[in-house]
Amino acid sequence: MPPGIARCASGRRHVSAGAPIGYFLARRFAGFVATLLVASIVVFTVLDVLPGNIAEVMLGESATPESVAALSAKLGLDRPALVRYGDWIEGLATGELGTSVAYDTPIAALVAERLVVTVPLALMAMALATALAFALGLLAAARHHRGGDVGVMATSQIGIAVPNFWFAILLIWLFAVKLHWVSAGFFPGWSGEEGGVGPALRALLLPAIALAVVQAGVLTRVVRSAVLDVMREDFVRTARAKGASPGRVMWGHVMRNAWVPVLTVMGLQFANLLTGTVVIENVFSLPGLGRLVFQAISNRDLVVVRNVVMLLAAMVVAINFAVDVLYVVIDPRLRARSAR
Amino acid sequence: MTTRPRFRSASLLAGAAMVALLLATALASYVWAPAAAFEIDVPHKLEAPSAAHWLGTDSLGRDVVALLVVGSRVSIAVGLIAVGIGIGFGVALGLLAAVKRGWIEEAVMRAADFGFAFPALLSAIMLTAIYGPGLLTSIVAIGIFNVPVFIRITRASALMVRSREFVTAARALGKGEWQITFEHVLPNILPMLIVQATIQFALAILAEAALSYLGLGTQPPMPSWGRMLNDAQLQLFRAPLLAVWPGIAIAFTVLGLNLLGDGLRDRFDPRLQRRS
Repeated sequence: MPPGIARCASGRRHVSAGAPIGYFLARRFAGFVATLLVASIVVFTVLDVLPGNIAEVMLGESATPESVAALSAKLGLDRPALVRYGDWIEGLATGELGTSVAYDTPIAALVAERLVVTVPLALMAMALATALAFALGLLAAARHHRGGDVGVMATSQIGIAVPNFWFAILLIWLFAVKLHWVSAGFFPGWSGEEGGVGPALRALLLPAIALAVVQAGVLTRVVRSAVLDVMREDFVRTARAKGASPGRVMWGHVMRNAWVPVLTVMGLQFANLLTGTVVIENVFSLPGLGRLVFQAISNRDLVVVRNVVMLLAAMVVAINFAVDVLYVVIDPRLRARSAR
Repeated sequence: MTTRPRFRSASLLAGAAMVALLLATALASYVWAPAAAFEIDVPHKLEAPSAAHWLGTDSLGRDVVALLVVGSRVSIAVGLIAVGIGIGFGVALGLLAAVKRGWIEEAVMRAADFGFAFPALLSAIMLTAIYGPGLLTSIVAIGIFNVPVFIRITRASALMVRSREFVTAARALGKGEWQITFEHVLPNILPMLIVQATIQFALAILAEAALSYLGLGTQPPMPSWGRMLNDAQLQLFRAPLLAVWPGIAIAFTVLGLNLLGDGLRDRFDPRLQRRS
């Protein structure tokens, strides 16, 4: 379907005439960039300016004045904070993030090798959570106020209450300690002798399940509620009266309109999921961003902490931006409303 | 269908009972079991449940029941203070945005949007990197994350109430904007704030447990459910039950608060009952 044309609730195609999508996207993008900029100022202020001399913080109380002076010179702390901030932003834009004091390795390389664990884990978990939530949410909506609905709602309520890291520990106990089906606490890598796509996905499966099951608790309720809301709309009754098949009613009319609230929560969930990934990586000792930032805290490697925190915050902001844009793609009514 | 309201009232009752039990446990910890939670007894470490130790002992020989009971205090304290920070700052700023409108509202709401970029864990990581781990760090981190939540709900609810006829009538009687806000708006949005506070309380308990599990929150020797799970993971081969109890305690508490929040919301907003 070409841009600017969407299928409306009644199923007919219509052109969203006059909806200035370019203006809307530009406004949202400006907000996205401004939020990133403010986030970078906060991160830099908290981790570079407020502590005073960060070389002293990084080396600890027992450091000699000479070693503090040497590290200060290496980090360029003699320059004004504004200049250091400008350099950091330039580095973020060009991928020159500096060198880790603890690892003596370029931070960009460290982050890149950890991202290949964190991002696939988060995506796997989101895919599993979405599949589970849609299956259970649609089942609950179809069996509204009957046994299936009550069962799904009760299960999701318990799912929301369970801490994901506890669920992860229980999974390790069952599948790694008792059944020996998988080995927890080891990531073979995506290539190499022990690694490969299969072994890597296998290593990420339990952590992804631990993240997904808990996330699915919230999402299931949203899917159920959104589907029930749309099913009560007049256009759904009309579609049924016109003789549309149950499948056509569900996928062509109900789901198309139920996507907006579901997507909102999915966006919020993804931010939770990303921070959940940081915790779960520590439960399974996976070499992702979460492990990196905790090792950096232990090593007082503030430059690494600053860059990883900024990256995680940027991911959260980017996901919210993507969801904002996606809303409008899914629901042209929002585009018209946003343009007003 | 008439069964739904009965379920909802059951949810309110069950939630209230579970939260009451938690509060009673935390209060009881001041007169019972406080010493046992700190007494190290290595010869009796990792004992199975028995008459002397109902849920067994941990890797340092401490009574697990005593640890759970004293740990509930930490969860409640963190939840209360973190939600208090959220309500204190969030409600004040939300009301300011609703009353003043214009650029003040825009600035407050953009700041709230920005606040969502920093989940509690990210704030805790930043604060820990500088000031070291501790209970205060986790309370501040969780509290900061609560502020934008309360800003949004306060502003939205206040704007809704301010459009009602009785507010127009109060204005016609010559009452000032702030007088109207405190006499009419605030009492009317209070139920929504209470419901949100219950939900945020549950989220704060989950966040505190995660931070303590990671070593960023409560520090030894103070017991906390998150730390207990961290210790239990190391003993998974020898004493797997140790990993069960703190998790049940957290899930029970969060479930109770969520049920209470759901029940209160339905009680305060009967439209939701009709919709579901």
